[in-house]
Amino acid sequence: MLFNLIITGVGGQGNVLASQIVGRTAVKKGMRVTIGETFGLSQRGGPVMSHIRLSDHGQTGPLIPPCGAHIILGLEPMETLRIVPSYGNQHTIYIVNSRPIYPLNVIAGEVVYPDLQTIQNVLTTISGRLYWIEATKHALQLGPAILMNMIMLGALCAIDSFPLNRKDFDAVLPDIFPATKCKLNHEALAIGERLIQSDRISFD
Amino acid sequence: MMNTIFQKNGGVRLLLQGNEAIARGALESGVMFCAGYPGNPSSEIIETLAEAAKTLPLYVEWSVNEKVAIEAATAASFAGCRALVSMKQNGVNVASDFLTNLTLSGTHAGIVLITCDDPSGISSTNEEDARWFAKLADIPLLEPATPQEALDMMRMAFDLSEQIKNIVMFRSVSRLSHTRSDVVIHHLPEISSRAFFNIRQSFHTFPVVAKHKQRHEKLNQAGDQFEISEYNTYTGPEHPELIVITSGCVYMYVKEAIDMLHLNENIGILKIATTWPLPKAFIIKHLQRSNRFLFVEEVDPFLEENIQVLYATAAGQLGIKTFFGKSSGHIPFCGELTPSIVLDCLASLFNIKRPEIQFQTHALTLIQDITPLREFGFCPGCPHRGSYYAIKTALLWDNRDGFVSGDIGCYTMGIWPTGFNQVKSVHAMGSGMGLACGYGKLDRFGFQQPVITVCGDSTFFHAAIPALINAKFNQADAFLVVLDNNATAMTGFQPHPGTSHTVMGNKTEPVDIEAICRAMNIPVSVADPYEMLETTKVVYRMLQECGVRVLILRRKCALIQNKEGGFPYTMKVDIHRCRGESCGCNRYCNRIFRCPGLIWDENAKKALIDEVICVGCGICAEICPQQAIIRL
Ligand code: SF4
Ligand code: SF4
Repeated sequence: MLFNLIITGVGGQGNVLASQIVGRTAVKKGMRVTIGETFGLSQRGGPVMSHIRLSDHGQTGPLIPPCGAHIILGLEPMETLRIVPSYGNQHTIYIVNSRPIYPLNVIAGEVVYPDLQTIQNVLTTISGRLYWIEATKHALQLGPAILMNMIMLGALCAIDSFPLNRKDFDAVLPDIFPATKCKLNHEALAIGERLIQSDRISFD
Repeated sequence: MMNTIFQKNGGVRLLLQGNEAIARGALESGVMFCAGYPGNPSSEIIETLAEAAKTLPLYVEWSVNEKVAIEAATAASFAGCRALVSMKQNGVNVASDFLTNLTLSGTHAGIVLITCDDPSGISSTNEEDARWFAKLADIPLLEPATPQEALDMMRMAFDLSEQIKNIVMFRSVSRLSHTRSDVVIHHLPEISSRAFFNIRQSFHTFPVVAKHKQRHEKLNQAGDQFEISEYNTYTGPEHPELIVITSGCVYMYVKEAIDMLHLNENIGILKIATTWPLPKAFIIKHLQRSNRFLFVEEVDPFLEENIQVLYATAAGQLGIKTFFGKSSGHIPFCGELTPSIVLDCLASLFNIKRPEIQFQTHALTLIQDITPLREFGFCPGCPHRGSYYAIKTALLWDNRDGFVSGDIGCYTMGIWPTGFNQVKSVHAMGSGMGLACGYGKLDRFGFQQPVITVCGDSTFFHAAIPALINAKFNQADAFLVVLDNNATAMTGFQPHPGTSHTVMGNKTEPVDIEAICRAMNIPVSVADPYEMLETTKVVYRMLQECGVRVLILRRKCALIQNKEGGFPYTMKVDIHRCRGESCGCNRYCNRIFRCPGLIWDENAKKALIDEVICVGCGICAEICPQQAIIRL
C-alpha cells in the first residue's frame, strides 16, 4: 500500500498541524510515513502544501510525483484548484472547504478570484469525486475558525479508501492537545465525518 | 510513558522532522554545546536542542550572528566538549572568515557545522550552495538523503571531526530539514566530560604553509574513511545503460522516478553521501559499470564538476564516457529539483512518453486563466504595514524622490505592494545600513534624494551596528529606522539580545537599542507604527534633519500579540459611509492599504471586514477618508 494525500491551503489555516496529526496517527498504526512540508513565507499568508505519504513497505520521498495524489484535502478553494494539474488525476478525490481566503491582489481588485461554482464544475469534471463542504462555517458555529482543519480531518477519515479512521485520529488527539482542548477537537472530527456521510446520502 | 524525542532509550520509531532528527543525532553523539543564528530552514535544530536542554545536560544559545556562533561553539571544542553550530546557507558566508582560519588551526573535541541550504530561495534572498565552502576550506562534507540518515550520520560527523581534529560540515536542504518521517532513534549516552583547556596545546594558523599541508592530510584521512562509508551506495544492474549520480534528498526522487518509468533494468543509482572529499576509488570503481552518467543534485553542479575532474585523472583506464547533467542542459542549473523534473529528464533520455502529461495539459487549460498567483503580504495586524504606510506618506510629503534601503526580515516584503513598493534594495543582513553609509556621502556629487534605511531589531544586533558606527565616524547623512517588533519574526520568533529571555528560558537584561545609539551620541526617537499619522509626522520631521539619526518604530509582531492575548477591537465597515468604487480613485483602502482582513464585498460593492482574517488591530480605521471603518 502507498497512499498519497495532499493538504493544501494558505498560511495560518493549521495545515502543518493537520498533517502532523495524520502522520502521528499513521506511525502509531505502524505505517511508514513521509511528510513534505513547504513553509517558506507561509506565515505571511502564502500557499502551504503538505505532501503526506503513507506506506506499509519502504520509505518514500518527501514529494508526491506528478499526478500522484489519491486525495487532495483543500482547506482553501483556489489553492486546491491551483494544484490540480500538478498532482491530481482522473481518480483523485477532492474534499474542499468552501470558504475563500482572498489574496491581496484580489482584494485590491487587480485580479479576479475564480467563481466558486466554476471551481466546483472543474473539480467535478476532472476528478473521481468532489466533496464540497462548509467547514469554516461549521467551525465558527463550534468555536474558533481554526477548528476548520479538524473538521476537514474528520471528513478525510470518512473516505473509505483512506487508510485511517476517526477512532485512530481520536486516539492521537490527547498526545497533541492539552486536555482542555481535546473535547472541541473530537467534536470537530465528528462534524467533518457527518458532513461526508450526509453528502454521500444526497449524492447516491 | 509517551515516546518522545528526548527519551534516553533508543529502538523506537518516532515521527521526526529532518531538523529534529539532526538534533536527536547530535544528542546521541553526546553534544554538549550548541549555538546558531535563526534562519529558515535551519531554526528548528537549535529550538529542539534548547527544548532538550530543559532535561539534559547541555548548553544551547542563539548567538548574535553566525560568526559569533561558530566561535563560541569552537571554544567548547577546544575545551574538550563536543559542539554543534547551525545556520542557513547565508549564515555560512558570515561565519566563513573564522571558518577558513579554523580549518588551519584545527579543533579538539568533535565539532560539526550544519548548513541548511534553501534551493529556490523559498525563504531566502538567494539559493547559494554552501558546499563550495567545504572545497574552499578543505572541510569534510556529509549530505544525508533522508531524516533517518540525518540522524545516523551525525554520529559519523562527530566521530570524524574528533579523529582528524578538524571541523566537519553537514549539509541539509529545505526539503530534508522540513520533511517529517518515521525515524528509529538510538540510545542517548551518559555525558561525563568536563570542560578543560589543556594549556600545552594551541590553536592558530602559523606557520601558514605547514598548517595548510596538515589540513590537506586531514582531508585525505577523511577521504580514506569515506571510501568505505556505508552511506555511499550503488544499487542497480551490474552494467546499466545509465547511472544516475546523486546526493541529498533528491536521491529519493531518482529512486521513485526509475520505478515509475519501469527502468530498473536499465538504470543504476550511485548515491554519494560523503560529497567532499570524494571517495575516489569507490567512484572510479562504479564509473566502470556504464558509459553514460547523469548527475542529479541541488543546487550547483558540485558532484558533476568534481567527478568529471576525477574521471579525467583516470580517463585512460576508463575509456570514453558521456556525462549528462546541468552542463548538458538535461537538469536545470537553477532552482529546487522536483520529482517532475527528474521524471522528465529520465523519460527524455529513454524516449518514454509519460502518460500523465495528457491529464496535466487538459487540467492546465481548465485552470490557468482563472487561478491568479497569490501575492505575499504582511500578516493582518502587522506593524510593518503601518510603518511602511507612514514612510510612504512622509516621502510623498517630502517630495524629493526619496526611497528605502532595505534589509532581511519580514519587512523585506517592503519590495512588494504589501509594503507599498517602498524598498529599493535588499541584500545581506545589515547591508541596508552599509549602503546608507555610501548614499550619505554622495551629496558632493549632487545627490539630493533622502534615503531611509530600515532594519529589524534582530538584524540591528546581527550586523547593522558596525555600519551605524561607520556612518557616525565618517559623518554620513543617514536615517535609520529600526522596525522593532520584539522578535526574530521571519524565522519563528526566536529571542535575541533585545528580548528579555534566552532560548533556554533564562531571564536576561535586554540590550537597549536606544542606549546603544545614545552612547554614540546619535539622536534617537521612538514612535508607534499603529499611530500612523503621528509616525508619519515624525518620519517627515527627521527626513529634514541631517547627520546620523535613528527612529525606532516599536510594536510587537502581530503573531506574538495574538498569542499574548490578542487585539482590542472588533472592526466594522459602515456601508452607508463607505464610498466603494468612487473612493480615492476606486476603493482606496482595498487597493492601497492591502490588509488581508479588509476585503471587498462584490455584491454590496463596499469594503468589508473578513471576520476570519481580521485580528482587530484597528489601524485601518485611520486610513479611511470617510471614517467608514469603525473600531467597536
Ligand atoms: S510575522 Fe510578525 S512581523 Fe512578520 S509579517 Fe507577520 S506580523 Fe509582521
Ligand atoms: S483592523 Fe484593519 S488593519 Fe487591522 S487586521 Fe483588521 S482589517 Fe487589518
